[in-house]
Amino acid sequence: MNNVQNKKRANKSLPFFFKDEFKVFFVIIFFSTILLISTFTFDKVPPILNRGIQPATFPKGLLVLIIFLTSIIYYLSFKNPWKKEKKLPKPFFLTILSFILFVIISKTLDFFLAISVLSIFVSYNWGEKRIFYLLLVGILFPLVVFIFFEMILGLRFPPGIITNLYYY
Amino acid sequence: MFSSKLLMVLIFGTLFGLILGVLPGLGPTTGGALILPFTMTLDPLSAIVLLTSIYCAGTYGGAITAVLINTPGTPAAAATCLDGYPLAQKGEAGRALGMATVSSTVGGIFSVIVLVFFAPVLAQLAYEFGQPEYFALAIFGLTMLASIGEGSPIKNLIAGAFGILISTIGKDFMTSIDRFTYGINELSVGIGFIPVVVGLFAISEMLTQSTLLDQVFKRVALKAVKLPSLDDYKKTWKTILRSSGIGSFIGVLPAEGGTVASLIGYSEAKRFSKEPEEFGKGSIEGIAGAEAANNAATGGAMVPTLALGIPGSATTAVILTGLIIHGVRPGPDLFREQPEFLYGIFGAMLIANVLFFIFGFFGAKLFARITLVPNKILWPMIFAVSVCGTYSLSQSIIDVWIMLFFGVLGFFMRRFGFSVVPVIIGLILGELVEGTLRQSLVIFDGNWLMFLTRPIALTFFILSLIALAFPLIRSKKQKN
Repeated sequence: MNNVQNKKRANKSLPFFFKDEFKVFFVIIFFSTILLISTFTFDKVPPILNRGIQPATFPKGLLVLIIFLTSIIYYLSFKNPWKKEKKLPKPFFLTILSFILFVIISKTLDFFLAISVLSIFVSYNWGEKRIFYLLLVGILFPLVVFIFFEMILGLRFPPGIITNLYYY
Repeated sequence: MFSSKLLMVLIFGTLFGLILGVLPGLGPTTGGALILPFTMTLDPLSAIVLLTSIYCAGTYGGAITAVLINTPGTPAAAATCLDGYPLAQKGEAGRALGMATVSSTVGGIFSVIVLVFFAPVLAQLAYEFGQPEYFALAIFGLTMLASIGEGSPIKNLIAGAFGILISTIGKDFMTSIDRFTYGINELSVGIGFIPVVVGLFAISEMLTQSTLLDQVFKRVALKAVKLPSLDDYKKTWKTILRSSGIGSFIGVLPAEGGTVASLIGYSEAKRFSKEPEEFGKGSIEGIAGAEAANNAATGGAMVPTLALGIPGSATTAVILTGLIIHGVRPGPDLFREQPEFLYGIFGAMLIANVLFFIFGFFGAKLFARITLVPNKILWPMIFAVSVCGTYSLSQSIIDVWIMLFFGVLGFFMRRFGFSVVPVIIGLILGELVEGTLRQSLVIFDGNWLMFLTRPIALTFFILSLIALAFPLIRSKKQKN
């Protein structure tokens, strides 16, 4: 109980733009506004063909609703500040980095290689230093999954430097 | 009715569901989404039997971890930790798991009976529904989700609206006009359900696990699961029946199914107990109340899924996707045209409940060992399966990137108190909400007030308002 109060107090002492409430409010409002503006660029159905509402009307309504509700939660947070979340640890950022690596490698080099690199990277950074287990999660297991999906579902994975060796 | 192939599917589904339930962070929703591509190799009935058996067993499986390591395998088992783990610490892990197994089975079977009797009635009622009624019903579902779901109702509403917004991406189904595609061809067909589910559940959980690497579990040893004694039965039979009723009712409402059901089942068990002071210290009634309720929600959640095509929980949203993928359209016509298919599902759910009783009773010790697999090995493996599973449905690399995006988004949503379940339900209901609204407005010639002239629609709107007011009343009561 005391801990929660301390956390709340700690959050209260921060300038408003550092508080989680504001950050969440800002991000939602920012993206909702951009999306709302983009709905004005949607094509319109000519009146003669239009049945009911225009295609942009429904998403517009939803975005206005999201902006309105977000404003309410921000207003309510003045009365009841959110508890301050713990700082994110290093492995979290490394895992996010591995996702970025995955996207780059799968786009430029190879899908299978991307899975392997991510698996080894994540496993290593989460504390696994034994080579056998790194090879297990990075090569053996993805290979089994790859072959399993390919054989059972007849799936064809996107071409790449390693995948091509398998297919040709 | 049950061929040997179907029985094999059922056994596999139950075992797979138990494993998913036992592993913290995974669960029947993620597991169902990951196995969905494989169901394409099965006939429709086998596919749905597989998904429903995963649902039933996965919901129970969470209790094993809750009792033995004080970590709910699934969110639905959170209330089980409160008394299951303290009882296990007293050296009675076998008794705690025995009660969890029995009450889960009774709750599950009770809910299948509710499903068998209630779903056809609801389906019959649905014949009276036109577009305005379906629109009002979908709105009612979303407001219920906000009001009785976990966490802040306003945040739940935002998440639900966001889910519906995702469903508007792609070509408008009435006019074929592109919306939110920004010139990316792959987005014209919209955003698939599976990348979003796998991202919001599996990938966001992987990120959550990356923040918990220093967490140490205190395991309690289990010798064997024990059947409850006669005294335990005497003490808990009323609780089990009450929680089964509560769970089935909560399950029918579109919400977080078992999670909410188990919390209400638990608190009601405490309210009616002769020894409420024992709750939180290893009360056998607490375990029975939570476990009967969460498994009773499984059958309950299938009622609107099959009768109306409106999912009662995140996992039934996956099952609904499975039905649609296999060309089965849920709703009243399904009850008239394919009764054998429905009897197959009912029978499979009944057998799944018996199977997880047997596997849980004799194999809990073995299943508990699965949690010994370290996260640094387990999660990269889950990632590989998630990526391949997501890619396999439409063989599109964009789907994999969408999955990653929703994984990161889901992590931050959960971190700041937004539940991801309303996003899933919103996504699956999105087309229904928009489609029925627009078609209703065509019928009403653009006059919104005409909704109020339809008695069933009006009833749902009033219920929606009550649902929205409910959290306000609840918080005022709590303050008083």
